[in-house]
Amino acid sequence: MNARVRTWMLGIWSTAAILYLFIPIFIVVLFSFNDNRGRFNFTWNGFTLRHWAHPFRDPDLVTALRNSIEIGLLSTAVAVTLGTFLAMALVRYRFRGRGAIDLFVFLPMATPEVVMGAALLALFLVFNVSTGFVTILIAHVMFCLSYVVVTVRARLEGMDPHIEEAARDLGAGEMTTFWKVTLPMIAPGVAAAGVLAFALSVDDYVITSFNAGQTQTFPLFIFGATRQGVPAEVNVLATMLLIAVLLLMGLNVLLQRRLSRRDASGGGAEAVEEEPRPMVVTPAPSAAG
Amino acid sequence: MAVSEPTAPDAVASAAASEADVRLDGVTKRFGEMLAVDDLTLSIQRGHFYALLGPSGCGKTTTLRMIGGFEDPTGGRVYLGGEDVTDRPSHRRDVNTVFQSYALFPHLSVERNVAFGLERRKIGRAEVRRRVGEMLELVQLGPLAKRKPAQLSGGQQQRVALARALVNRPRALLLDEPLGALDLRLRRQLQIELKRIQQEVGITFVHVTHDQEEAMTMADTIVVMNRGRVEQAGTAEQLYELPRTAFVASFLGQSNLIDARVGAADGARTPVETHDGARLQVPSDRVGALAGEQASVGVRPEKMSLLTPEGIAPDGANVLRGRVVVASFLGVSVQYLVTTAGGEELTVIAQNEAGCAPDAFAVGREVQLCWDPRHTFVVARGADE
Repeated sequence: MNARVRTWMLGIWSTAAILYLFIPIFIVVLFSFNDNRGRFNFTWNGFTLRHWAHPFRDPDLVTALRNSIEIGLLSTAVAVTLGTFLAMALVRYRFRGRGAIDLFVFLPMATPEVVMGAALLALFLVFNVSTGFVTILIAHVMFCLSYVVVTVRARLEGMDPHIEEAARDLGAGEMTTFWKVTLPMIAPGVAAAGVLAFALSVDDYVITSFNAGQTQTFPLFIFGATRQGVPAEVNVLATMLLIAVLLLMGLNVLLQRRLSRRDASGGGAEAVEEEPRPMVVTPAPSAAG
Repeated sequence: MAVSEPTAPDAVASAAASEADVRLDGVTKRFGEMLAVDDLTLSIQRGHFYALLGPSGCGKTTTLRMIGGFEDPTGGRVYLGGEDVTDRPSHRRDVNTVFQSYALFPHLSVERNVAFGLERRKIGRAEVRRRVGEMLELVQLGPLAKRKPAQLSGGQQQRVALARALVNRPRALLLDEPLGALDLRLRRQLQIELKRIQQEVGITFVHVTHDQEEAMTMADTIVVMNRGRVEQAGTAEQLYELPRTAFVASFLGQSNLIDARVGAADGARTPVETHDGARLQVPSDRVGALAGEQASVGVRPEKMSLLTPEGIAPDGANVLRGRVVVASFLGVSVQYLVTTAGGEELTVIAQNEAGCAPDAFAVGREVQLCWDPRHTFVVARGADE
């Protein structure tokens, strides 16, 4: 009896928590179908698909979206490469300054975004760098790096170091060992880090706003649009971004599952242990909410 | 990246005996303050099965890792086939290792694991496939070639690790406690199999273990290590029958050690007087530098026999007197614990011939312990105990 009550309570609490997390997102999605009057989109006036018909009719919006995706892909590529090497250095080698780097890697995660954005802008001004696409890219690589290091590092630490020794023992040099053994083994971690970095980059507003110059990114565009009223297109785009991120996360989960099945096809005990841990990413619409 | 590979000699074809295959010359390894291997000199002959035996922390694994190129010696040189390889990285050394954790590549199938070493060299695909197939047959894993390591049992994984190393026909195969993770029955089975494979391929095996029975089952030569040094090297018989240090006497099997003073040699026999005045005889050729010194005199438990106090010991036998403290019936044998007049507790193992523990040697009985002086050995008094 007692146990049944507890099971029920557990279910209720969980549902409440999930509702708390998802109601705002649900509202955003719902209001993209709202047949609103005027410049605002706050009261429900009935269902329509008209906002979905031409979400890209604004050319500025298309540019912003393209910028965001380009910056996202580029900063992900750079951050994943640098971060993977940094994680390997931290896990595999003992060197002078390792402790300091270990600490500083976490700093961008702990620093308030406003502080980091302002600091970066100051830095760019001091060095007389005009802000724009490149400075956004630099800023995004910077804050993505920490997350990549943390994610890849966890994977590396779970790996038996003797496996790399075995590769060298069998005649593989440093490079061959990395490409043939280390990278395939940490691939799930690297993939997860990539998804995380892309999601962080695409939905960043605060740091980007300091360093964007005349360049528009998607979150910047949405924020700008809300100042002249709240067009329902914002909800449409936010929903699209949400769907894109969800797809990416789903892809990541599938990839993780495939990789772990590759390592233990047949689903033995190991396969269960290696069940993918999907990265939890706060979806993009927070910028539009 | 192409790395110039040393070509592996066909070990079977050029099995020139008596040549040192692996040689360590005054090798020392320190980890910070800790001295892991202390001025170790060791010569390992081609085609032999060597066991490095010792308790954990004796430096045996570190020694193996220095041969494999995974640790740089703090001092001394490492030679493979007469060539100084001390400064050569592991991927350019002509030895292969079987790791304790097997260290199989989890993302590759069994056959791709085995082919890994060959693929690093300029060997044709057909040749690689043929040699991988042969090797999988040798370790009886042919039907499992397509599986992933996670789908294999511990014993099967161990065999994949062995095949993956052996397929390269290395100058020497280094085995780092490869059977440590397996259960006892499987371990016994694989010990015999390892020995068979070694005889079949004729490659030098250097096997690290802390299990004396394992070393004795497989190795031609056992190197007993303690505190980073070699205590004694030799065949199982030599080490068991003629231990040269107190450590070897007690690490390899059981020993009864009694403090004694060695007298002056008297022909083939040298008298020894125990601390409580009992007189024993030792073959003179075993005394060596210990003549006239305080030492320990030893005898293996199964070499001693028990007599009643009135019994007459064979002519020239070493005799001690004592009282039975424990008599355990073990089936194959009966094991006695006897306290001698001098206070030592000695173990005696008697064959179970009567079908029971004889009444004459029941607990509390006075007995005589006697043994042939041929089975007596003398070692420096053990500070290591």
